[in-house]
Amino acid sequence: MPAVQDTVDQVKAIDVSEYKYGFVTEIEAERAPKGLSEDIVRFISSKKEEPAWLTEWRLEAYRRWITMESPDWSRVKHPPIDYQDLHYFSAPKGTAGPKSLDEVDPELLRTYEKLGIPLREQEILAGVEPTNRVAVDAVFDSVSVATTFKAELAKSGVVFCPISEAVHTHPELVKKYLGSVVPVTDNYFATLNSAVFSDGSFVYIPPGVRCPMELSTYFRINDTKTGQFERTLIIADKGSYVSYLEGCTAPMRDENQLHAAVVELVALEDAEIKYSTVQNWYPGDAEGKGGIYNFVTKRGDCREARAKISWTQVETGSAITWKYPSCILRGDDSRGEFYSIAISNGMQQVDSGTKMVHLGKNTTSRIISKGIAAGKSDNTYRGLVSAHRKATNARNFTNCDSLLIGEHCGAHTVPYIEAKTSTAVFEHEATTSKISEDQLFYCRQRGLSGEEATALIVNGFVRDVLQQLPMEFAVEAQKLIAISLEGSVG
Amino acid sequence: MLEVRNLHVEVEGQKILRGLDLKVHPGEVAAIMGPNGSGKSTLSYVIAGREDYEVTDGEVLLDGENVLEMDPEERAAKGLFLAFQYPVEIPGVATMTFLKASVNAQRKSRGEPELSTPDFMRHVKQGAERLEVNPDMLKRPLNVGFSGGEKKRMEILQMALLEPRYGLLDETDSGLDIDALRIVSNGVNALRAANRGFLVITHYQRLLDYIKPDVVHIMSKGRIIKSGDAALALELEKNGYRDYVADAAA
Ligand SMILES: Nc1ncnc2c1ncn2[C@@H]1O[C@H](COP(=O)(O)OP(=O)(O)OP(=O)(O)O)[C@@H](O)[C@H]1O
Ligand SMILES: [Mg+2]
Repeated sequence: MPAVQDTVDQVKAIDVSEYKYGFVTEIEAERAPKGLSEDIVRFISSKKEEPAWLTEWRLEAYRRWITMESPDWSRVKHPPIDYQDLHYFSAPKGTAGPKSLDEVDPELLRTYEKLGIPLREQEILAGVEPTNRVAVDAVFDSVSVATTFKAELAKSGVVFCPISEAVHTHPELVKKYLGSVVPVTDNYFATLNSAVFSDGSFVYIPPGVRCPMELSTYFRINDTKTGQFERTLIIADKGSYVSYLEGCTAPMRDENQLHAAVVELVALEDAEIKYSTVQNWYPGDAEGKGGIYNFVTKRGDCREARAKISWTQVETGSAITWKYPSCILRGDDSRGEFYSIAISNGMQQVDSGTKMVHLGKNTTSRIISKGIAAGKSDNTYRGLVSAHRKATNARNFTNCDSLLIGEHCGAHTVPYIEAKTSTAVFEHEATTSKISEDQLFYCRQRGLSGEEATALIVNGFVRDVLQQLPMEFAVEAQKLIAISLEGSVG
Repeated sequence: MLEVRNLHVEVEGQKILRGLDLKVHPGEVAAIMGPNGSGKSTLSYVIAGREDYEVTDGEVLLDGENVLEMDPEERAAKGLFLAFQYPVEIPGVATMTFLKASVNAQRKSRGEPELSTPDFMRHVKQGAERLEVNPDMLKRPLNVGFSGGEKKRMEILQMALLEPRYGLLDETDSGLDIDALRIVSNGVNALRAANRGFLVITHYQRLLDYIKPDVVHIMSKGRIIKSGDAALALELEKNGYRDYVADAAA
């Protein structure tokens, strides 16, 4: 694939090793006062004109949350977060309701243009369909500012809109599925999210429909001292298919910003959801100042027979990543997949992995994890594979590879395996390697610079996972990999 | 001209090259023979710029310019190519991708335009045919699972694509079967040109039957102890190193 060459070119094209999404958009924001209380929860709910059941749902979560404690079982370390020193709602002024593209503030459109996110729907010229069309939902701080291709998607019955809008337009679906995969009480950050979630995307694919284009949400944290708590809910009804992409960036700020998202996927009989993430939140500077704390709960439920959910993630950003996209394999013959590239450089800390919970018969899962640690970073894979007593013939294949660049980073693999049925077959492979001096010298002897050589070798290392990404994202991901490893070669 | 002057090199405090002098003129093939451990690979690595070798004295000049301060990639772009004694595996990186990345990296640093994909493909295909490299191998990750002989052929294919000023071949013949030896040698001979020189490190005359050397140097304990024409290699083949090494020690 010539894409590796592209990476090499792109590395060359970048003049300084800087986070290139680090700019701030100067836009007036409407914010909730700092701090968290029942009043703030009510404020958020009323801003969105939510029905009473949802306000109550949030308040219950809040009451639960104040009794809980921040988890301490992962390897990540950070000073305690002052939850009263954050804004829980921030919206660019004048975005009270979802808008048509023409009404969106041009400053916001420019922001997304700068980020390389197409918010203008490509025109269909003389009947020629542009090939790689992607529908985008753009979430800026706490609100969705634009969603493209809604009308066209509606033709095939696909619902793609901000979740704040779905609450009004599809209340029965939201009520039925919200919190059905990640219960309100699931964990500290998920409970917090349930109380204060601001916006995020909602997707519903009707029975038998293959979604006609890639759907994507682009999250951006802009405002200062603001947490982002988005909530995404995707439902693939019987026999349907959807591929969904998620991208994230944030400005460079020297404070730590909190991002605690919840993503719930529901796949019904014979349905398939492919969920890809390219996470590039600001990682902080070389000394570890600033950067996003990314505490995310992502879970998919293969609720019925032969459902399939596949998570692919490329994690390059954030000061701290705490994230375990998981699959509940409830339906018989259902399948879960997790493909991950997690890169840490500088002072970044990554504790990520997956859970594959086999409940149904003949369920299968596959985990391919590639961790790359450079600089002084710490990179942990944490994975659980379990088979319930009734999950006869459950199968899992896990492959965890770690690559270390330099002498001051760390990679750890923490697998948990529980099989309550003797018919389960779980395979686990793990390797840890370094980019060797021999490899670097060999490449440099052929004319590649140290950084080009590293990018090439790393791209080779992650190739199995990159192949899982939709084409447009694979190129983006390769760029990101190269950028995030800059300065890692002495 | 590629010239090595009074080169002294240490690894981990151990002296390996001890005042080595050597010249390779454009258009010339110089062969180096010498017992195991005499420092032949070390010499080729130091010329190519590998780290971990401490040059305590001497120079390596490429057309009068000392290359010892240059990065390996800069030396490569200036036309130094090393065919490794043990080519390195690069998992997950398709051979074709690697070839294209290296050709274009060198072209760029010389300020030349990149080759277009069709031009490049044509180039590779021609080279692969001449060296009887199965085109399917180009899709496989570089050197991963290649047999010893396949790796060596791939080194020469890379040299053909990169068209260096000076090719350093470190035991390119080891691991080659009889047919491959002929094919690879023909590949090297096809690259012989008035403005290109080769430094061929080998243990055996059989390679020099194909690639006729203009000069033969015998190396021992980090020094060239005797130089001669092609006949010197034949003599060595008959008598072994004993006489020369003993002479040098005396
Ligand atoms: N990295 C190293 N650390 C320690 N010793 C080294 C290192 N590299 C080379 N040497 C030593 O330097 C000497 C010369 O090695 P070199 O590989 O250059 O020999 P050679 O002439 O190429 O031998 P051969 O014919 O077996 O390939 C040997 O004694 C070797 O053990
Ligand atoms: Mg050797």
